[in-house]
Amino acid sequence: MDWLTTVDHKKIGILYLLGGTLFFVLGGIEAMLIRLQLMFPESNFLDAQTYNEVLTMHGTTMIFLAAMPLLFAFMNFIVPLQIGARDVAFPFVNALGFWTFFFGGIMVNVSWFLGGAPDAGWTAYTPLSSSEVFSGKGNDFYAVGLQIAGLGTLMSGINFLATIINMRAPGMTFMRMPLFTWTTFVSSLLILFAFPPLAVGLFLLTFDRLFDANFFEIGAGGSAVLWQHIFWIFGHPEVYILILPAFGIISEVVSTFSKKRLFGYSSMVFATLLIAFLSFMVWVHHMFTDGLGPIANALFSVATMLIAVPTGIKIFNWLFTMWGGQIRFTTAMLHVVAFIPTFVMGGVTGVMLASPPADFQYHDSYFVVAHFHYVIVGGIVLALFAAVFYWWPKMFGRMLNETLGKLAFWLFFIGFHLTFFIQHILGLIGMQRRIFTYLAEHEGWAEMNLVSTIGAFFMAAGVILYVLNIVITSLKPRNASADPWDGRTLEWTLPSPVPVYNFKQLPLVRSLDAFWAEKMAGNKEMTPAEPVGPIHMPSNSILPLIMAFGFFVSGFGFMYAKHDFANDFVRMLFENHIVSIGGLVITAICMILRSLIDDPGYHIEPEELESKGVKA
Amino acid sequence: MSSHAHLENQPLPAEPERATLEGRNKITGFWLFLAGETTLFGTLFATYIALRNQTLSGPTANELFDFELVALATFILLVSSLFSVLAVNAMHKHNVKALQFWLFATVIFGLAFLVLEIYEFNHYTELGHTWSKSAFSSSFYALVGFHGAHVAFGLAWIASVIGQLFKKGLTTVTAPKVYVSALYWHFIDVVWVFIFTVVYLMGKVG
Repeated sequence: MDWLTTVDHKKIGILYLLGGTLFFVLGGIEAMLIRLQLMFPESNFLDAQTYNEVLTMHGTTMIFLAAMPLLFAFMNFIVPLQIGARDVAFPFVNALGFWTFFFGGIMVNVSWFLGGAPDAGWTAYTPLSSSEVFSGKGNDFYAVGLQIAGLGTLMSGINFLATIINMRAPGMTFMRMPLFTWTTFVSSLLILFAFPPLAVGLFLLTFDRLFDANFFEIGAGGSAVLWQHIFWIFGHPEVYILILPAFGIISEVVSTFSKKRLFGYSSMVFATLLIAFLSFMVWVHHMFTDGLGPIANALFSVATMLIAVPTGIKIFNWLFTMWGGQIRFTTAMLHVVAFIPTFVMGGVTGVMLASPPADFQYHDSYFVVAHFHYVIVGGIVLALFAAVFYWWPKMFGRMLNETLGKLAFWLFFIGFHLTFFIQHILGLIGMQRRIFTYLAEHEGWAEMNLVSTIGAFFMAAGVILYVLNIVITSLKPRNASADPWDGRTLEWTLPSPVPVYNFKQLPLVRSLDAFWAEKMAGNKEMTPAEPVGPIHMPSNSILPLIMAFGFFVSGFGFMYAKHDFANDFVRMLFENHIVSIGGLVITAICMILRSLIDDPGYHIEPEELESKGVKA
Repeated sequence: MSSHAHLENQPLPAEPERATLEGRNKITGFWLFLAGETTLFGTLFATYIALRNQTLSGPTANELFDFELVALATFILLVSSLFSVLAVNAMHKHNVKALQFWLFATVIFGLAFLVLEIYEFNHYTELGHTWSKSAFSSSFYALVGFHGAHVAFGLAWIASVIGQLFKKGLTTVTAPKVYVSALYWHFIDVVWVFIFTVVYLMGKVG
């Protein structure tokens, strides 16, 4: 019950971790089904329709429901600790953001049991996705489910921004913030400006599908290309929303385990901001083959190639951080060292794809598939694993097993390159993206696809080992000290796991790498910025969960308003929009309750601070 | 324990909406929310501009729009925005009566705007400009309807703020709510200025 009503950013972080892992496993199973189907030519393991559903759900799940929440888990848990805050700016909204994401994710996934999953690709291009003629009921779940999940993401993004702007500890200026906090800040800015276009796009798609609107209906004057513009003006920043926090994680880990200040801190911040700015200027590079003309293509091509500059700055800064450092090859560091060359490979193919004449050859081929898996798996997922090993002791008070971790890493890393490197070549010799099978006559296709599938098994084995590591660790007693890695930032000044109020006294920050600076000055802990006093805490609330549930009910109401139910009463409820409006009324009532009833919260008294809450 | 209650016993500060960290967070967060709303409406505007000439057999913008009605609606909404400025001024003077009066006036004028808009939509539907008629009609109703939905939400919200002022009075808890709802109302107003330009003016002359 405590977990359902919690407004504590640390618990919500853990909820995000659990939710993200659940969807990561689902997306992983879908990935394995894809690879099994493509293992041999002319395979009948899955039929074409099921294959379309599996590949759509793999992409949708991994991007929206796995990568985002897993990053949010660390943003939620770590950022308030890194800036010296007791919670986020809006603890209630934080919980609401999680529950809306969760119900949205559930909604997209229940489509499997209600007439088939979405089948128009994760990009849901119109008119394929917008018309019942071409695609099934599943795309309703895509449009409505992602709408709800996206709303949660937007709320969390605003929350992180307000937190970082307003809640920094005394002395924690912007240019003293750890890089993970910086990248969270910039990534949240991107969420703020990228998710509303997605919301509009999904609204328009929903209107077309459910209410006979004509946005993408070519026969009524609509435009199919409009969807592509709206989707990619969201979709391109989205990949930076994912990769920037990953860059932040890499920066934290590389600096800690090289025992050096991050090389070029200010250029790192600048590069992050520049990437964020450019990310909104490049969406047409997904649409080079649309025929928008040479001028549009050339402009967007140059803008895309420009992104290589700030990204290159980052790569060199990480290398120079390691240069001359006292490197410790812990599991977290191993992932980071593997990340750098892997991500560079993804970046290089990215620049190749940015050239329109060449893109006409690469477009919609496995070369593209290989490219984005190099940046997403080789970038985001490796960074996430690094974060898991790095921050696990802080989150759960236990050290993950290093030997098992390294074994899992090697399996995953070798498996990854085995799976995806060969897909570059498959793409170059003509294998199209999203085809469900291929003929045996294509020379080399069968062998290369087999290799790719074998690689996928290595990756799966690696993931199982990661999970096993977590299970084994959680059975052991708590053994983590407050500062197991000889850390540099504020989260390592707190006990592991962190008490509910985070900081007994807010710390006074005097430098970048605040904790390290104090250590170098011979201090064991931070100088407090305030006397010990009662700490005000927000009360738990069940309302966020009920509010999110209201959206969930309403979504079903709209989707099934025209459904031919056998039961007359049920049909009456849906037909007259009683269910859809009812769901919104549930949400509205919760909002009103929240507004009318002031939350006085409660106080933790100084004498309680000594004894209370070493429990996360 | 006395330290907890210090805020209630003190006289209200000059800018009660910024007196607490919660209040300041709310205002920062709300400005950010409005930034997101701006991109939301920006996308709807882009959609409308892309599709506004796809009228098929339905009436065109030039045939439909009636300047007198729209000018009246614009006037009413702009004045309601002025009232919410006066409301915030009254709040800064700690004059709860005037604050409630001006908020009430805001709601009345907002309501009048909404009635005009409903009449307008109804009128257009009779002229054959229905939701499903063409890409133009869908994008028109999506853009203007989203704005109308925002107005309706804002009315309910400000009405609830008035009610809370009766019940709780002007405190450091209610003041940020007044301030933030006024921000929201101005935002709605600004969006309407763009709708007036892009939809109605460009529809008549473009």
